[in-house]
Amino acid sequence: MSTEPQPPGTAGPQVGVDEWVARQAHRREYLPSWLGGAQRLLERIGWWPRLAIAGLAGALLPVLGLGGFQLQVGIDSLVLVLLALGLNVVVGWTGLLDLGYIAFFGFGAYGFALLSSNQLGSHGIHLPAYLSLPIVMAGTAIVGLLVGLPSRRLIGDYLAIVTLFFGEAFVEFTNNVAPSKLGGPNGIVGIDTINAFGHQITTNEGYFYLLLVIVVLTMAVLRRLEGSRTGRGWRAVREDPLAAASMTIPVDRVKLMAFASGAMIAGLAGSIFAAQQISVFPPDFDTPYLILVYAGLVLGGAGSIAGSVTGMLVVMVIYDGVLRSPTDAGYIFYGLILLTLVAKLRPWRRLGIVLAATAVLGFAAHAIAGALSASAVAGGPQSTGWIADALRDWVIVPANPQTPGNYGFVLLVCLLIALVQLTDRWRTILLVPTIYLASFVWETRLIAEPSVTRQLMIGAILIVMMNARPQGLLGARRVEALT
Amino acid sequence: MGFFFQELVNGITTGALYSLVALGFSMVYGVLKLLNFAHGDLYMVGAFIGYFVIQWFGGPSALTIPVPLLLVIMFVLAAVVVGGLGVAIERFAYRPLRNAPRIAPLITAIGVSFFLENAALLLFGAQFRIYNTPDFISFSSGIQIGSVSIDAVQIMVLVLGIALMIGLRQLVSRTKLGKQMRAVAADREAAEMMGINVDWTIAATFFLGSALAGVAGVMAGLLFNQVTNTIGFIAGLKAFTAAVVGGIGSIPGAMLGGLLIGVAESFITGYISSTYTNLLVFALLIVVMLVRPTGLLGQPQLQKV
Repeated sequence: MSTEPQPPGTAGPQVGVDEWVARQAHRREYLPSWLGGAQRLLERIGWWPRLAIAGLAGALLPVLGLGGFQLQVGIDSLVLVLLALGLNVVVGWTGLLDLGYIAFFGFGAYGFALLSSNQLGSHGIHLPAYLSLPIVMAGTAIVGLLVGLPSRRLIGDYLAIVTLFFGEAFVEFTNNVAPSKLGGPNGIVGIDTINAFGHQITTNEGYFYLLLVIVVLTMAVLRRLEGSRTGRGWRAVREDPLAAASMTIPVDRVKLMAFASGAMIAGLAGSIFAAQQISVFPPDFDTPYLILVYAGLVLGGAGSIAGSVTGMLVVMVIYDGVLRSPTDAGYIFYGLILLTLVAKLRPWRRLGIVLAATAVLGFAAHAIAGALSASAVAGGPQSTGWIADALRDWVIVPANPQTPGNYGFVLLVCLLIALVQLTDRWRTILLVPTIYLASFVWETRLIAEPSVTRQLMIGAILIVMMNARPQGLLGARRVEALT
Repeated sequence: MGFFFQELVNGITTGALYSLVALGFSMVYGVLKLLNFAHGDLYMVGAFIGYFVIQWFGGPSALTIPVPLLLVIMFVLAAVVVGGLGVAIERFAYRPLRNAPRIAPLITAIGVSFFLENAALLLFGAQFRIYNTPDFISFSSGIQIGSVSIDAVQIMVLVLGIALMIGLRQLVSRTKLGKQMRAVAADREAAEMMGINVDWTIAATFFLGSALAGVAGVMAGLLFNQVTNTIGFIAGLKAFTAAVVGGIGSIPGAMLGGLLIGVAESFITGYISSTYTNLLVFALLIVVMLVRPTGLLGQPQLQKV
């Protein structure tokens, strides 16, 4: 069974998977130990039951006491999951690098805002949601089609530039043009909430369930689309447009359809976002959010529905949920280091040596620094909870940690680069000071600047995933055709 | 007419700066066929290095060394450090992906750009750092032609920019390294079979291109006075525009494109409104891409099967 879901009713190699991959698919790698077991278990359950289980689990979250701030994180995550699903159509399936994708999200949000507020006309337009949502979605799809038009001529990088500029132009446009209608930097406020089946959705719980239903429905539709003529056409174009064209696939039309479908999903996400926030501002649709969606997609695996959803959720839970609280962030940070070491270091003896050496190095360094100057260790870890108590005599934190922390950060980046270049024994030896330095930088700088740390993490995810596992956590490995 | 020529001079000066950034961008694209989104952030790093050099030597109003020496140190240090940073990025992030699908290095480049921008935010904070150029290079030290005044910084930027461009042109067309670079750009595999050390050539290209971005960053600091961690993104976009308008991968194209963008921007700001500058520049790019995707001086390429 391959990771890429088998389109119903087709046998034999899939699009984008040649014979070799088909043979390899039987003995694909599983994650180590119990993770692999869980993976096998998941595979035995079919795709649709898995979707139902995931949907039900999501529906239970508010009942289990997800409330207040956490619920807001949940809503934001679902909006971004919707965006990741749409982006997956364009980038993951059709292989068109769309760097202006977030503008469709903005277009949907602004479209919904204009149709459901006092901005237009003397009394404003207040369309009911069952009218405004389809209008906005259709409108965004048309804009997507127009932006996609250059994709017929421009390939690869050129398309990336044009779409990137389209995205930038959108932010500039909303910021500067027609301030009386679009509000300029002040955005649009006082947007109607969504009216579904006769009652107004005003609570966060309501929007959570609305989004959950939409996400599950979108996943179901995309799953059906994936195995359809169009879906197969998309993947064929991704692998080789020329070969696809010679197989009589209408390449241009297929590309435009991908753009329009992706844009439509983004427009829907934008409308719900606007209604839930009851306001829209230009910076909400700027590049950092685009990069966030890309990070989720890349982490989960571009080209896989379950991958884009899982990746986006993981990124959002870390980004918005965990990193806000220093204690939780500490668990994640040290937990990830330990997990990576346990997963990557073999044999066990080596793992033990590295951990012991790191511990000894820390206590020794702390003792020496403390003996030389009391202020060098006066700071104490900035983590909270038991991690701080455990590390008090291990990690050096000066009384004034900012400058040493900055130097430590630069050194840490250099060490990490060196670590990648070295092999075997030297790598193991260098690992010890790197871990210690990472902890030092974490306690002195990173934990004090959670917002910057979150962004750094997003950048690092993109770089590391692309280099280490380009297919993402759940994506299928692809073999490039030789040219 | 005075206003027109003043705007023209200002435009050409900024244009020279964009040209330098665009050149590095275009060179990297030439050898690797990679849009290096991190290029603009290298320019930002260069600008910060210039700032810290000024601070090291006593700050803008109490310099401990003569101004020409300070300028030399700023430019050389920025070029070397930023060049080295470019080589490190190539080694760490792009080299493992050389044979990966085209989309992978592009996404990595976005990640590198985002990482650099936020690393600068972590290290230097979000506040603007001010060069205070007028404190050590006086405004009145320039030349006056009729009603058009060109101050000393502008002259220096223009002269240095043109000198670097000529130097680069000579390097690419006359030296052995330039020949290697052109060979790698034309066909990497064939170049390797001819005994050219491809890895080394690509690293050298990254060094040169990034060093130019570093120099441009110092120039930007001297010209515009303000440095912060986000200046790289918008400068990077302008450099893309310049490189693409001129024809990506073409060195004279990047120079021409940079000058055009600089002058266009200056005239839009001067005659229409500064609000629409970026919007109109982006619109210009999209139009050029649609009408002539190969740019003004680019050669249309046959797609290899």
